[in-house]
This record gives sequence, C-alpha cells and structure tokens, in this order.
Amino acid sequence: MTDLRGNCCIVGTAESDLGVVAPGMTPFDLTAQATMRALDDCGLKLSDVDGFFCAMSQSRMVSMAMCEYLRIQPKYFDSTQIGGSSFMAHVSHVQAAVAAGLIEVAVVAYGSTQRSVSRAAASAREPNPYEDPYKPMMPPSAYALAASRHMHLYGTTRENLAEVAVAARKWAQMNPKAYRREDLSVDDVLNAPMISYPFTVRDCCLVTDGGGAIVITTPERAKDLKRKPAYILGTGEHISHNMISSMPDLTVSGAAQSGPIAFGKAGVKPADIDVLELYDAFTYNTMLFLEDLGYCEKGEGGAFVSGGRIAPGGELPVNTNGGGLSYCHPGMYGLFLLIEAARQVQGVAGDRQIDGVDLALAHGNGGVLSSQCTVIMGSEATL
Amino acid sequence: MSDRAETSPLAVFREHCDKGELAYQVDEKGTAFFYPRLAAPGTGSGKLSWKVSKGLGTVHATTTLYPRNSEPYDVSLIDIDEGFRMMSRVEKIDPADVKIGMRVKVRMIPGTDDTPVYPVFDPAEDA
Repeated sequence: MTDLRGNCCIVGTAESDLGVVAPGMTPFDLTAQATMRALDDCGLKLSDVDGFFCAMSQSRMVSMAMCEYLRIQPKYFDSTQIGGSSFMAHVSHVQAAVAAGLIEVAVVAYGSTQRSVSRAAASAREPNPYEDPYKPMMPPSAYALAASRHMHLYGTTRENLAEVAVAARKWAQMNPKAYRREDLSVDDVLNAPMISYPFTVRDCCLVTDGGGAIVITTPERAKDLKRKPAYILGTGEHISHNMISSMPDLTVSGAAQSGPIAFGKAGVKPADIDVLELYDAFTYNTMLFLEDLGYCEKGEGGAFVSGGRIAPGGELPVNTNGGGLSYCHPGMYGLFLLIEAARQVQGVAGDRQIDGVDLALAHGNGGVLSSQCTVIMGSEATL
Repeated sequence: MSDRAETSPLAVFREHCDKGELAYQVDEKGTAFFYPRLAAPGTGSGKLSWKVSKGLGTVHATTTLYPRNSEPYDVSLIDIDEGFRMMSRVEKIDPADVKIGMRVKVRMIPGTDDTPVYPVFDPAEDA
C-alpha cells in the first residue's frame, strides 16, 4: 500500500460566521464564506482549488450546489456523508486523490443554519419502522442508552459526565468565538433540565449556526504560503452500525478501530499526542473516546476526566476550542475539530494555544456513535 | 420465472404483530438477527427463516425522556431471550424505575388508523 504519511498538509483554516447568523443566510452562504476566509488565511485563490469536498445535512447534492455557487469546476469532488465525521473521511480521500496525482489544492468545507431554521428542518429524519413507535429523541436518546450501559457496568456517574462539560466550558472561556462562555459548575450541569437520562441539556452539544473550511495542499505548494503547515500523518475510518440497537457494544465505539489504524499510519503512540480534539456531541463521547483511543483503560473514563485532567492547566488538553458543548455545534461538527487541531499545530490558537504542539489528533463521530474517523497531524518536525 | 419478493420483511413482521406475535429471523446457521431483512447480515444469504419469540427478554440499556410539554417515558434496548436486540418501551412502571437487567415480557399495543400494532414490554419478575 502507498505510504501517504505527510503527503499533504492543512495550510488554511477558517470558520464562517458562527452562533446565530444574519436572517436569510443559507448553508451555502456560510460554506462559501468559510471557504474564502480559509483560502485568504493561507494565501491561495479560488482559482487554485482543484478538489472540493463538502457534506451537509441541508443539501442532498452539495457538490453541485457549491460548485455552482462558487462557479468552480474542480477536477475532483466528494460529498461523502457519514454524519459529523464526514470531514475526517474527506481528509483521507484528499490524501488518496493527491497521491493519485488528481489534485493539488483541496478545500474541505461545511455550513449549516440549524439554529436559525431549527434542528428538525436542518436534518430531516429518515423513517424507521422499528424505532419510530417508541419516540426516541434522536440523537440524545441513543447516546443516553449507551451511557446507561457504561454507568451500569463501570459505576460511571452523572458527576463524571458533568466534569466533561465543565472542562469544555473552561476552554471556551479562552476562545472569543465560543457561543457559551459564562461560568459553569458540576452542579449547574446536574441541575439543568433533564433531556434524556442521564443527560441534562448541559450534557448535550449546542445547537448553533455555522460553517468552516480547511485548505489542504502538497508540501511543495505549502512552501510559499502564509501559514506553517499541519501535515496529515495518519487517518483511520470505521463504521460499526447505523441504529443504536445494532451497535455491537454500547461501551466500545469504533474509535477503538479507527484510532489504532491512524496511530499505525502516523507511527506514533497515544502518549505522543500533545493535544486532542474529540467530537463531544454529548459528555459521554469525550470519556468514551479517551478510553477507545488508548488514554485510559475501558471503564476508567469517568475517573480519568474528573479533577480537571482535561481542563485548562490539566495534564491532557482536550477540546481546546470549547468543543461542541460550549464553542459551536452546527449539526455536523467534525470539521471544527480539524480546524482546531491544525491551528494548534500551526501555533495560531491564540490564548488557548498549547506550548510546543508537534502532534494533534482530531477524532470525528457520526450518526449515533456509528461512524468514527481519526486524523493525526503533525508539525514539520514530525516528518 | 421471476424472483420478485412477494412480501417485504416489514410486512411479515407486522402480520405477526397483528396476531400478537413478536417475530424475528434466523440465518442458515440458526443465528437470530433483528431488524428483519431480505439478506442475512454478514453473508448476504437469502435463505432466511422466520421464528416467533416467546416474548421474554432483559433490559440491556435504558433512558427516560423528559419532553417539555408531556409526561416522561421510557426508551430501552431489550435483549430478547432468543438472541436478538431491539428498541422498545417498558410500560406499567415509572420510567425512572426501569433498570438494566430487569426481566420483561412483550405485549402488543393495538393499532389505530395511523399506527400499526407494535410491541412494548412489561416487567416480568418471575420470567
């Protein structure tokens, strides 16, 4: 198999407007806005883009919509849709397309107006005759079912889960773009309105508008650009199920598969990573992924995330932008993990920049713990 | 000769529900699976058999939902004794009292003009 380690790098990153955007804005507006900001961030032009990668819940044929909007005719386009981890899959497809000599400059982009139009309008539910009669609130109930199993087997508590939300909020307080920045305590999380036990509304990700984009190119093209590159060292992808009732083990996610694949390609170990960006759709996710990616033993995630270990000043920086819990969550959040991981490697993360980041990991999740994709990136020193 | 399927997996499942039966399929090796399909998971084989469960199971995972404008209710995953898992609702007790490991027995909710007959579960301590 061709070794793709470091064959391309993220050179530009940007968010579109976030939070609640101007009335009438479409997901295409936000995707275009983020794309142009990301190109500007690195010093490339729209005419340089020969690969376009995009997925969204508000458009079934988004490659056509965006190629029309931007009036581009990329040589390669891809709208692989596996939920919130789609963009990690896009990154691995960019690597393959670059290795095949098909493209040199790719944009991976996203946009959503789910706060403005409502979650129901932003992602139409697919009818499911075997689940619909029970009226699960999706996705929270699926993740709550998984968490119930972890609590039952390992004694994980609601307080453990709340620690994840509190740590995310402390990081968000260092990110001027974060949607929620006011103080948050464990008691605040526990006493918030219950949604689907054991999750209160503060265990659940935000519902915001927003878009983002990253620009990926070859190491050769990166030499003349404005930003230090974040090299793609390894990716791993895994799909384990679609419906939560079909998940092979509710307490083990596909991150236990995608993680080792990515670490293997990158040639690094979990302990080598300087900063982790993990898809926190719910508080349970962060501790589950820490277990499955090898940061603690199975069942120990609750204790591991407690006592500020993953908060600012703790020993393991996790979700340094404030995460889907406090920074933004416009439906399919995976792209924002790639943005933050790249910025940490580039050294441009502002007040929340971790010192001396050479290796960063972004882990995406899609569906109801259904698709799991891991991307490991590094500085020039890691090549 | 046509190999057109004359009934869908869902239609067969619902016909059984109408008779008060919880039906499921097994593959050529006798391994149970759910939801019903035209092709066996893992092999793709079309040689499938329908079976009727005794309707007994164990709560595998559970959550209570708290809608803003109505009463809380349960959603659980039930491990059926014959070896498959399905989403359902445990009734007849406070949803917050549904516990993992609890034994349960199936009961059909009658259909209406808008909704077909569907299975829920009640606690069954001695089962």
